[in-house]
Amino acid sequence: MGYEKRIDGRKKFEELRPIEAKAGVIKRADGSAYFKIGKTVAYAAVYGPRDLYPKFMQNPKKGILRCHYNMMPFSGQGDRVRPGANRRAKEISMITEKSLIPVINLEDFPNAVVDVFIELPQTDAGSRCAGITAASIALADAGIIMKDMVSAVAVGRVDDKLVVDLDYNEEAYEEGRAAADVPVAFLPNSGKLSLLQMDGNITKDELKKALEMGKEACKEIYEVQKKALKDKYQLGE
Amino acid sequence: MDKELKNHISKLLKQEKRMDGRKPLDFRQPISVEYGVSATAEGSARVKIGETEVIGGVKLSLETPYDDTPDSGNLMVGVEMLPMSNPDFEAGPPSIDAIELGRVVDRGIRESKAIDTKKLCIEEGEKVWGVIVDICPINDAGNLFDACALAAVAALKDAKFPEIKDGKVDYKTKTDQSVPLATIPISVTVRKIGDGFIVDSTNDEESAIDARLTVAIDENGELAAMQKGGDVALTIEEVDKMVGIALEKEKELRSKL
Repeated sequence: MGYEKRIDGRKKFEELRPIEAKAGVIKRADGSAYFKIGKTVAYAAVYGPRDLYPKFMQNPKKGILRCHYNMMPFSGQGDRVRPGANRRAKEISMITEKSLIPVINLEDFPNAVVDVFIELPQTDAGSRCAGITAASIALADAGIIMKDMVSAVAVGRVDDKLVVDLDYNEEAYEEGRAAADVPVAFLPNSGKLSLLQMDGNITKDELKKALEMGKEACKEIYEVQKKALKDKYQLGE
Repeated sequence: MDKELKNHISKLLKQEKRMDGRKPLDFRQPISVEYGVSATAEGSARVKIGETEVIGGVKLSLETPYDDTPDSGNLMVGVEMLPMSNPDFEAGPPSIDAIELGRVVDRGIRESKAIDTKKLCIEEGEKVWGVIVDICPINDAGNLFDACALAAVAALKDAKFPEIKDGKVDYKTKTDQSVPLATIPISVTVRKIGDGFIVDSTNDEESAIDARLTVAIDENGELAAMQKGGDVALTIEEVDKMVGIALEKEKELRSKL
């Protein structure tokens, strides 16, 4: 049998859910963004570079990037998510930092910190990728000098098919082979990966193909990110 | 606190003026309430007052009742001062300001008896509905107290019970049954700076205030909860005047629901 048709009605296995992006949505922040992919919504706000405290954390040679990923208590698929950072949120915050650091020159802001706050009011899988994508727009909006954008999406396998941008139902799909979920972030201009995680099981060949699909999908996301920034600063094509 | 800023604000107030051009008792415009902004919540709303923006969400869950109220459902209201919304808010455990804000919003709803918790009882002593309202500021440009209280009642108005299947909540299926609301409380916070009174403060004004009074008012115009804040004491006459202002401004906020 196999996985013949996507549960949410998407026509192709490499198709992304509908995307919406906006820059500069939080006036108090130095840079901000809204990113929606399907039913997953992420806000990102950037503050800084600003003074880093406590002072012993300051480094005269380079600054630090600090990311905070947080699901709003009512944003989960099931029960309420208790406020405050749990182990999952802390890990995602850390991998978000690692996926953004390659495009930033930390030497540009010695002794200082750039804070990135990611908040999710509703989620339907792919929230870490949505957060990273929003954060990348927000960093650019904040005027942080970047070597590239960062665009992220989850790829994976549902039963016998490789798919792009899994939603919750696809992640939880139980028929056939157990699903694999591979969140990735690409630097679209260099084509390199800055986030790679995998849960489930997948063969070496499948992984290679899935990553290629992710790379193509991230190019699409990159165009949406660029457009959001151009729209804010009213720059036409 | 910036002394020059405070002097400037109080001097302007003596001429019935504010830094952003408003009159002392004007709310920022537009004020908007948008329902159903989070698909994962049982009820949700986005409130904007000027540039201040907050999202409120309601989660409903099956819980066991507290021992002292076996026939009543549980209610909890909380506000998180998200560091995303204001450069002065820090990540980590809630600050005392966040705790106060959450409790003031909670009491407005609890003490006005907006929710008849007896109607949330499914099986006495065994199973009741728990109603949890969480408020998350997106952009704090001032007056979180009133914006959060408004978002809380708007989210409750929007809330629909989910289906119960085999004794468990099926969050994917919502019924058309709303959370029973006996009244809708509206909170108005009046602030005193020098000799002047204002509503709907900005961040700058909040850094300069002497005292504040939050008043939650039910549909009959009765006061349901109050909280005084700030470091300066108030006379009875001043309290009377501030409550009068709150009663007058309550109608404007109520009309937005």
